[in-house]
Amino acid sequence: MPLPYYVSPEQMMKDKAEYARKGIARGRSIVTLEYREGILLVAENPSSLLHKISEIYDRIAFAGVGKYNEFENLRIAGIRHADVKGYSYSRGDVTAKALANAYSQALGNIFTQDIKPFEVEVLVAEVGDANGAKSEIYHILYDGTIEDERNYAAMGGQADEIRRFLKDHYQHSMGLEDALQLGVRALSVTQNKTLSERDLEVAVLDRTKERRKFRRIPSEALGQLLGTAK
Amino acid sequence: MSEDHRLFEFYDYANSSFVELLRRQSPHLLPGVGGGPDTPEVTHGTTVLAVRYRDGVIMAGDRQATAGYQVASRRIEKIFKADDLSGVGIAGAAGPAMEMAKLFQTELEHYEKVEGDNLSLEGKANKLGQMIRMNLQAAMMGLAVVPIFAGFDEKAGVGRLFKYDITGGRYEERDFDAQGSGSKDARDSLKKLWKRDMPRDEAMRTSLEALIDAADEDVGTGGPDLVRGIFPSVKTITRSGFGEVSDDEIRRVCEAILAARTAAGNGG
Repeated sequence: MPLPYYVSPEQMMKDKAEYARKGIARGRSIVTLEYREGILLVAENPSSLLHKISEIYDRIAFAGVGKYNEFENLRIAGIRHADVKGYSYSRGDVTAKALANAYSQALGNIFTQDIKPFEVEVLVAEVGDANGAKSEIYHILYDGTIEDERNYAAMGGQADEIRRFLKDHYQHSMGLEDALQLGVRALSVTQNKTLSERDLEVAVLDRTKERRKFRRIPSEALGQLLGTAK
Repeated sequence: MSEDHRLFEFYDYANSSFVELLRRQSPHLLPGVGGGPDTPEVTHGTTVLAVRYRDGVIMAGDRQATAGYQVASRRIEKIFKADDLSGVGIAGAAGPAMEMAKLFQTELEHYEKVEGDNLSLEGKANKLGQMIRMNLQAAMMGLAVVPIFAGFDEKAGVGRLFKYDITGGRYEERDFDAQGSGSKDARDSLKKLWKRDMPRDEAMRTSLEALIDAADEDVGTGGPDLVRGIFPSVKTITRSGFGEVSDDEIRRVCEAILAARTAAGNGG
């Protein structure tokens, strides 16, 4: 049996990272913004059936970019993690931090041990409550790298440009309408077309809601918020 | 490290049942184990009922739990919201019943999140039946759980209610049903008072009349407690969701019923 060629670990990791980054760069982007009443998630997604943004638990939402089957897999795993934890302890014990760490571990292990890394980035957001607890946004990369983001986050193909744009334009305590318009402008910053409600998937974690804070914003309401509906 | 372990629960994507997930992953968290020939007296919930009316279904239950001849709790809640459009009323061994209600709530929410869509009312009713069947062994040892399930069927546009036996057998009732130790008296009362397409006020009064009758005849069922200010709990399930009825409103109706009975002088 011939011996396999020797590939240095550095080279192998580099190749894998490049492969994953290329896969992610092909996909469309997602932005997340904190606004006055909670957290807003905006994805460029022409499909109204295959979601990129989803509810995980009472105060926690998930968003994924990259390869659909891979982040869908992670999304369901996250719901399972949260529901089992909430059932065996209490609902208040389910946190975004624990979930983000689990994602980080899983993606890190896949990246180092599998031949093909996941071509995804995921985001876990937890809205704080009305009495001052801070909101949390975690951004987990294809290799398990985990970052906690403040006020806003962007991921996907054009994330760097979007992040720069948000850095210049983000304001604290925006209303939902303003935050949404900013989010949509950020998503279209690298494109020369305007995005309408048909190209978008939008959801919020609304802290004024009872128990389950996650709410999708349907296309009609979106049109009104964007001011395109006449 | 094995493939499965590395992804811990991160595999097997086709399954949207929480109960199945627990069975595979943490079977010790599933109810339905325990009980024996000499199971000591455990806490029992007593009377719950469901009544169909014009806008949907009303569910109501007394607040007392008993252990043998003792009152175990005066304020126990027996009607639980299962999801936005359905509720469970529990009767039988209180511990396992509350556990089952919690598991059922999680099951429905889990399904909704994974699938992005709600189970049909029929699907929810069947799932609850399967969960009661899981408890059969414990039920034979004296830890029976027999809930009532009621909900608003969005497709049909009506309220529907289901009763169960300890084997998980599921029987749909058309108009009303009651479960628990005072259920016979509550059903007798409902049989006389129930009318088709009652408005909310009348349906609520009918439900409370039935619970007061059950408390009158059955030692296990608690009536309105004017001294402590504890009243039966009443919930409405309609097109617009699962609604709580305020204690003040329940108190007013209970007082009216008791006053009418005092005036009539016949005790009921």
